[in-house]
Amino acid sequence: MIEAKSLCKRYGSFTAVDDLSFTVEAGQVLGFLGPNGAGKSTTMKMLTGFLTPTSGTALINGIDVTENSVAALKHIGYLPEGAPSYGEMTVRQFLAFIARARLIDSRDVDDSVDKAIDKLNLSTVAHQPIETLSKGFNRRVGLAQAIIHDPQILILDEPTDGLDPNQKHEVRHLIQDMAHDKIIVISTHILEEVEAVCNRVMIISDGKLLADDTPSGLISRSRYHNSVSMVVAEAEKVASVLSELPEVAKAELREGELTLFPADGNGLFEAITAAISANHWQVSALRLEVGRLDEVFRSITRKEATS
Amino acid sequence: MSSAGMSGAINIMRRELTGYFATPVAYVFLVIFLVMTGVFTFYLGNFYERGFADLDPFFRFHPWLYLFLVPAISMRLWAEERRSGTIELLFTLPLTTVDAVLGKFLAAWLFIGLALVLTFPMWITVNYLGSPDNGVILAGYLGSWLMAGGFLAIGSCMSALTRNQVVAFILSVVVCFLFLLSGLPMVMNLFKGWAPQVILDGIAGLSFFKHFADISKGVIDLRDLVYFVLVIGFWLFANVVILELKKAE
Repeated sequence: MIEAKSLCKRYGSFTAVDDLSFTVEAGQVLGFLGPNGAGKSTTMKMLTGFLTPTSGTALINGIDVTENSVAALKHIGYLPEGAPSYGEMTVRQFLAFIARARLIDSRDVDDSVDKAIDKLNLSTVAHQPIETLSKGFNRRVGLAQAIIHDPQILILDEPTDGLDPNQKHEVRHLIQDMAHDKIIVISTHILEEVEAVCNRVMIISDGKLLADDTPSGLISRSRYHNSVSMVVAEAEKVASVLSELPEVAKAELREGELTLFPADGNGLFEAITAAISANHWQVSALRLEVGRLDEVFRSITRKEATS
Repeated sequence: MSSAGMSGAINIMRRELTGYFATPVAYVFLVIFLVMTGVFTFYLGNFYERGFADLDPFFRFHPWLYLFLVPAISMRLWAEERRSGTIELLFTLPLTTVDAVLGKFLAAWLFIGLALVLTFPMWITVNYLGSPDNGVILAGYLGSWLMAGGFLAIGSCMSALTRNQVVAFILSVVVCFLFLLSGLPMVMNLFKGWAPQVILDGIAGLSFFKHFADISKGVIDLRDLVYFVLVIGFWLFANVVILELKKAE
């Protein structure tokens, strides 16, 4: 379990993380979401003991990470921002070093390295110096070192940054595979990633916690939640007809797409399909919106910026 | 110390040594060290002309050689970790800061030890030409290696202050220079006449020169050994403190 208690980090008069408290339990995949410079990385650096909080504490399975970092860090696998590694070492040498540092028994080091190389598809580059590898391979080496000791807690700072879509998919798959009995904390500014792998989202901006919810919970905050979008001929006429319906609160026409917002949340889609067949409109696209995470994200983080 | 005792420090040491030999740094250093010791011994030290079968002309220039070559090794120890971000990786492994500092120091110290060992043709030469006191020569090597450790501990500490290797190099040379000079007449004359004798002795006692000269005469006095161990211990301790303080920054 991770417990953050009133974590604060100040640099002079600048507050990077402002009184952040939360707990994460096994089985949770928590996504830190926030604009650049929101304090996501700083929070992760405090959870892993790399930075000492100005005030507050971070407990890893009940162990204070500042007081007893060695004991606490045994439970953690960590991918720091930018996936740093010792470039002059080969992938194998580097992973073996990490395995030994992670207190893996010397007889099992080779085995653990093999497994990590296999999981991250690194076998083709295992004997190359890390500095000669592409950004995608670099990131995977970083992930391999984070999981080499099969830690109970994984903290990954932007795990898919710099990967191509296929590699992103693989890494997300890997995270999902490990998710059921572990605690995984990832930071990202890629919204689709949160929907793909997380079952909990914390939106952070200016070091403050602005939202703590499930991805679907967040999406349901969207004003598009349960709205209906359609592409239709003579859209303006259709819009004026549909706005008369009691189920429709508002109609919006944007870039050729007509979006209808529900009055109370029920029966909008049915009412619209009924109207379409009754009026014989030429509809080329019709969909029920679940909500738009990017819109929720913008409204939450901007509200903060303007207030 | 970590719960696994010295194994954390030894793992770091192994990694560092692998790093040295994976890049040209190690080979360039070894070649330059060997060429420079040769040049100093034969041209400046008048090895042949003196007509004595000893290695005094060889050891005499070691402090000056170390003044520039040891900071060249130590400047990257921590500055490079900071610049490349690997310090975050290192300090989130289940290791103590003491493990990391010791591991890095030992690797660099062993490496300089290797450079010293590779000067063995000098020892063979002097044994071929005459019959030197090999005990004195051994003491000279020991003193030289201990002094290198002192320079190295200063350099490691200076490297922890910055992410810029050039800054680390310059800071190290300056501090090492002060430690070297503190026993020389040009410094002592500044204090003579007004400073009490205790302070004069204290300043003179800090000098690398004096303790190195004592050991390399072949008289291995416990006080000289303790002096170097204390110097190394002090600067490595300062190194640990600086790294810990930077975490809170």
